[in-house]
Amino acid sequence: MINQITAILTIAQRDFTKLLRDRARILATFIFPFLFIGILGTSLESNLPPNIGYSFKVFVFTGVLAQTLFQSTASGIISLIEDRENDFSQEIFVSPISRYSIIIGKILGETAVSMAQGLGIIAFGLLIGIPLSLEKLTFMFPAGLMACLFGGAFGILVLSNLKSQRSANQIFPFIIFPQFFLAGVFNPIKTLPPFLHILSRVMPMTYAVDLMRGVYYANSPEKNLIVLHSISWNVLVISVFFIIFLLLGTALFIKNEKNK
Amino acid sequence: MLEKIIEVKKLVKKYKKANKPAVDSITFDVKKGEFFALLGPNGAGKTTIISILTTILNKSGGEVKIVGFDIDKEADKIRKNIGIIFQNPSLDLNLTAEENIRFHALIYGLYPFRPSFSLMPEEYRREVFKLAEIIGIKKDIVKPVKTFSGGMKRKLEIVRSLIHKPKILFLDEPTSGLDPVSRRNLWKYLQDIRKRYKTTIFLTTHYLEEAEDADRILIIDRGKIVTLGTPAKIKKELIDSSIILNAKDKAALKSELDAMKLDYEGHGPFKIKLNGKNPQKIIKSIRSDLTYLDINNPKLEDAYLKLIAKGIK
Repeated sequence: MINQITAILTIAQRDFTKLLRDRARILATFIFPFLFIGILGTSLESNLPPNIGYSFKVFVFTGVLAQTLFQSTASGIISLIEDRENDFSQEIFVSPISRYSIIIGKILGETAVSMAQGLGIIAFGLLIGIPLSLEKLTFMFPAGLMACLFGGAFGILVLSNLKSQRSANQIFPFIIFPQFFLAGVFNPIKTLPPFLHILSRVMPMTYAVDLMRGVYYANSPEKNLIVLHSISWNVLVISVFFIIFLLLGTALFIKNEKNK
Repeated sequence: MLEKIIEVKKLVKKYKKANKPAVDSITFDVKKGEFFALLGPNGAGKTTIISILTTILNKSGGEVKIVGFDIDKEADKIRKNIGIIFQNPSLDLNLTAEENIRFHALIYGLYPFRPSFSLMPEEYRREVFKLAEIIGIKKDIVKPVKTFSGGMKRKLEIVRSLIHKPKILFLDEPTSGLDPVSRRNLWKYLQDIRKRYKTTIFLTTHYLEEAEDADRILIIDRGKIVTLGTPAKIKKELIDSSIILNAKDKAALKSELDAMKLDYEGHGPFKIKLNGKNPQKIIKSIRSDLTYLDINNPKLEDAYLKLIAKGIK
């Protein structure tokens, strides 16, 4: 058991070390959130009528924060494919550790990477005047952590069905971009036509984003205009699907890895 | 009788989308401490076999036992006892040499997790420096692996795979992509490791000269065994060593060869097949004045090429 924990931490640390050495990646991960919050959020806020009842900038900020944490962890997990192509995964796969430890280590490592990015976004939020009290941040932290872990498990499920880095690069945007809009990262989804309503509610990212907004707007008057579900409902959905994605994804991944 | 450390019975591997099996009912074993070479041309099935033996690929049929453990049921126990050098380097190029070694040591459960080199136990730090010294990368141990040459990377991989003291070291074409000097150096180093740690070595290669030093060679081609034995035995089986003689008085030489009941071809020069006979003895007993003498003792390489060519036909 101690060996498995050591292995999980070792694999997680490697991913974090890799981030610290990859300056281009650090920069790239900040560009999109800054564009979305800084330009999209600010311009929408300036041009929408002031009577919508809440700040659009804050709405986009909370959405992008959760979306970045979810997506960054998911795409980080896909780097297992890159490892496979660089043959580094062989080094991991011939070691005497449980395959689940490999996956969990990978999810934790990418979670740490995403949380570091999350800190950058929070700092940017403070800079552009998003109201962030210490109390709010304290509750946003576990919500962010859940977004990361959920994204990681989602990443494993996607990964287990992909053959190469190329197919990952081609398919991943198709899986992620619709979720941006259906999860309501930049657009309100409180009321939707029935078809879109169903699609929106089956997207995993919806729950990560809604949980983040749930804790951010917990005691605010805007809550009823923005938040879809209760915190406990979001936590329940995320937990259940986290376990399903993780178990199913890992089982498929291991099966595909050995049966060629 | 030496203990069998690898036992393979009727091993079959058929890839999902292939018509023919890549490995077709192969049976062999490797004894403890042996230097065993698996030799064959590209596409013979070498990498498939080594991937199965090292638990990263499922077999389609047959039985495999490594260090006494069944490959289907006890893969974890096998993994603890083997070290592997893959055909393609499996280092993380973003990490330093030491970080690569530490990663390995930690996932093999040799030490408890520590986030940095300086926090690792004294024993580990000493071991790393010792190993780095042996392969001559002591100065570069904290440098990122991407700055390393091909030869250095290989050596680093070997050091890394030895840190958990494996009973068997698998090497899948370890010298491919290396220049001749690095190849020779690596080879010397491996021999040294073998003496020092008494590790069983299982090697695949398509360079015959590398297999010539092995205790036994298994030659495979298109998934099937061509021959198995010591290099001397394989040589004897495959190679027809001969001496070529000529004399002014060809008739006299011919009658001498006839008298000795030798197996020869030609009418001068004569090509005499040795069939295991000592060439010196033959030459000593010849009275005729020789005008030409040559010993044709082909290397195993020639025999191997001939064998593979035969297979291709």
